[in-house]
Amino acid sequence: MVIGCGNDARGDDAAGLLVARRLRQLGVHAVERPGEATDLIEAFAGAEDVTVVDAVVTGARPGAIHLWKDTPPPLPPAATGSSHGMGIAEAIALAGALGRLPRRLRVYGIEAARLGLGSRVSPEVLAAVEAVAQEIAGVGAG
Amino acid sequence: MTAHVTRTIEVDPLARVEGEGALYIKLAGERVSDVKLRIFEPPRLFEAFLRGRHCSEAPDITARICGICPVAYQMSALQAVERALGLRIDPAIRQLRRLLYCGEWIESHALHVYLLHAPDFLGAQDVVALAREHRAVVERALRLKRIGNDLMTLIGGREIHPISPVIGGFTRVPGVAALREMVPALEWALEAARETVRFTAGLSFPDFDQDYEFVALRHPEEYPVNEGRLVSNRGLDIDAAEFEDHFVEQHVKHSNALHSVIRGRGSYLVGPLARFNLNFDRLPEVARAAALEVGLKPPILNPFKSIVVRAVETVFACAEALRLIAEYQPPPAPRVEAPDRAGVGQAITEAPRGILYHRYALDDRGLILAARIVPPTAQNQKRIEDDLREYAARFATWPEEEATWKCEQAIRNYDPCISCATHFLRLTIER
Repeated sequence: MVIGCGNDARGDDAAGLLVARRLRQLGVHAVERPGEATDLIEAFAGAEDVTVVDAVVTGARPGAIHLWKDTPPPLPPAATGSSHGMGIAEAIALAGALGRLPRRLRVYGIEAARLGLGSRVSPEVLAAVEAVAQEIAGVGAG
Repeated sequence: MTAHVTRTIEVDPLARVEGEGALYIKLAGERVSDVKLRIFEPPRLFEAFLRGRHCSEAPDITARICGICPVAYQMSALQAVERALGLRIDPAIRQLRRLLYCGEWIESHALHVYLLHAPDFLGAQDVVALAREHRAVVERALRLKRIGNDLMTLIGGREIHPISPVIGGFTRVPGVAALREMVPALEWALEAARETVRFTAGLSFPDFDQDYEFVALRHPEEYPVNEGRLVSNRGLDIDAAEFEDHFVEQHVKHSNALHSVIRGRGSYLVGPLARFNLNFDRLPEVARAAALEVGLKPPILNPFKSIVVRAVETVFACAEALRLIAEYQPPPAPRVEAPDRAGVGQAITEAPRGILYHRYALDDRGLILAARIVPPTAQNQKRIEDDLREYAARFATWPEEEATWKCEQAIRNYDPCISCATHFLRLTIER
């Protein structure tokens, strides 16, 4: 299962959603979620193999692609670009504490530059969206 | 007295509040010399977006302001536009909107009570630590929140930003059978909410009674959600149309968000504590009993007890949802026609965090000439500063990390949805 997270109204925070949309064009099943922690935990339910894609802010160059593929992914705290208090890092930690982690979990992070309300997605992020979608499609639905 | 030593504590970012902003506290010895809640993002962006758009777009555009309380934005926007258009709404539509709003109260309160605020009281670093110690409690929270979301999905057509509410009603309304299917889950939720009242009442609270002006809606018969006059414990009693005569927003240098004050009086409090204190007699019996069982009765002046009040309001929302479903008769039509006309309309509804005011001025084609949005967190912003001016002094000599955590807990009393008013929240204490 592929889960693209983000918010369309906040510039580069749409990256995960754009990857999910691109994957569907490529014939890969992918869902879009806001990236809120409790919602993600429920999205994990019953899934063996999950790939999550979201925008992150780690200080790397805009459009940089991060991949955390150990389970659970050792995400830096508060790395995700969510405008809410609990994002993917918290969802994974909480799912772990509740025994609800999928057997295999990978997280793609696309480094965001612009997260303001109403801002456009940066060209570097758009390029990364395409690269991540191709990579996921190439290795199967994940 | 201690010598005037100043120091700075910085926590970056402040966790477990919706959205992000910044808090700056300056301590001079044991005295708090300055408190500034900073909000960076231009909160007026949405008001500018709306100008020139058709009024039918206002509910969906403003719902994007917040992922936690989109229904609040939709309801205030719909009702303000309907007032400008002079529409009469079918009573069954009104009840269905109230039911949708109950779903939002359940999910928002469950999220805040258990996942964001309870860890503070239990000495847990966050909900992950809480889940390790109290797994059943966190499982209950997730299920309760899920039921609120399910109710929103059923009526709103989509969970995060409901799509079915429109000017005049809904694009489609659920059938009786579909709503009845929610009953077993809501009955479980009602019990879970009562358990939540007991759980939160068993937490320990610092002594911190404050002298607040509480501001909330008040309805002749109901606990306020979508309608009512705006009242306070200091004699305010106005219609939504008079809001801007009594409430003024002041620009403050340190924040992009505006500080809202009552003309001639100053800061005030909106949200669960205000609703509960002003409307205790309007709670359904089951919610009133749940409050009294743990000794909770108005006036509650301690903001830390807002976590218990949120639990009582969750009991209310579950019981009210069950009542509305039991009495539901689908309206004759999902919506009434909404012909364009010029006019001005205002509406106030009770978002989980407190009153949300919208005003729209429309031209004769229904295009928006001007929009005004006053979210609850912006209204509480000055009150949060006032609380912290008092509260932070207690921790002036504490180690940095613990003092910061205490201040964060105090901020979370307000369940600040800073994403409604802003983005990043960072905390700085300068000594």
